[in-house]
Amino acid sequence: MSEGQIKKFMYLNRKAPHGTIYALESLEVVLIAAAFDQDVSLAFMDDGVYQLKKGFNTKGIEVKNFQPTYRALDDYDINKLYVEKEALEARGLGAEDMCVPVEVLSRAEIGKLMETQDVILSF
Amino acid sequence: MLHIVNKSPLERNSLDTCLATAQPGGALLLIEDGVYAATAGHAAAGKLSAAMDKLKVYALKPDLEARGMAERALEGVTLVDYGGFVDLVTEHATCQSWL
Amino acid sequence: MKIAILINEGPYTHEATDSAYLFARAAIEKGHQVSRVFFYHDGVNNSTRLTEPPQDDRHIVNRWARLGDEHKIDLVVCVAAALRRGIKDENLAPGFRISGLGQLVEAGIQADRLVTFGD
Repeated sequence: MSEGQIKKFMYLNRKAPHGTIYALESLEVVLIAAAFDQDVSLAFMDDGVYQLKKGFNTKGIEVKNFQPTYRALDDYDINKLYVEKEALEARGLGAEDMCVPVEVLSRAEIGKLMETQDVILSF
Repeated sequence: MLHIVNKSPLERNSLDTCLATAQPGGALLLIEDGVYAATAGHAAAGKLSAAMDKLKVYALKPDLEARGMAERALEGVTLVDYGGFVDLVTEHATCQSWL
Repeated sequence: MKIAILINEGPYTHEATDSAYLFARAAIEKGHQVSRVFFYHDGVNNSTRLTEPPQDDRHIVNRWARLGDEHKIDLVVCVAAALRRGIKDENLAPGFRISGLGQLVEAGIQADRLVTFGD
């Protein structure tokens, strides 16, 4: 890693959990990223907001429940979680349905935030 | 910044979300199945033309050609090859792939 | 400029790895350095040496390996994603190496640009 350089990384999630593996594997990247002392933020747009819908019970589909990991992100000093307002509304969800504290932003606001990033990793 | 969309706008909402999110002054590059949005007569052509006020729109020519759609390229869309794709990436500080 | 690439899909099913390859080749032709290609999710399937496409088709695995060899591109396959999908050192194609996700974050830090190809 180069000399103490801090970049702004945004991890953008737009896919629903369980139907595909992207949510889980992107969470794995975020956990590793925490060790690199970079400026990390997570954004959830479109079906990605379902990743944070509280109350996962995955017993019936025999898949590991990775939702507790989102709640552990704060322990890794990852606490900038942004959720798309329009995506929540389109899905009948609100911030109170999320399993972790989030900041609800409009698409335009997320767009502005994206402009300030050095690296955007999209899953 | 550079926005890259690789999905057909009639199959996924990637283009819609991209257009609603992208800030003025950026660029949009359509690749793979995303190039269908950049063709005349397409249902998405209207919103793509409307977006040209705030975004410069490009489409990857080899992907249009492969799909038999190169001659239908929408007016106002700049066609680029892979070298042009590289230039767009280097000319913009960040890029986002709307997968 | 130093460019890193992330590939999230496997060969043949998705165009992602073809787009990434043609992009990488064009970047090199323009005098840029492709420092690392990181294979993640099903993208790890781009690295198995058991791949045998029909003779008249492109050999996606081999052409990555060749480009990597000729231009010193670090072709890194994510270990966690690889093990899930049965990719190990014993079936890894020459030119690729298996390593951790830290290599992706590091690529993002060290490269001037990181471009993602996926589904």
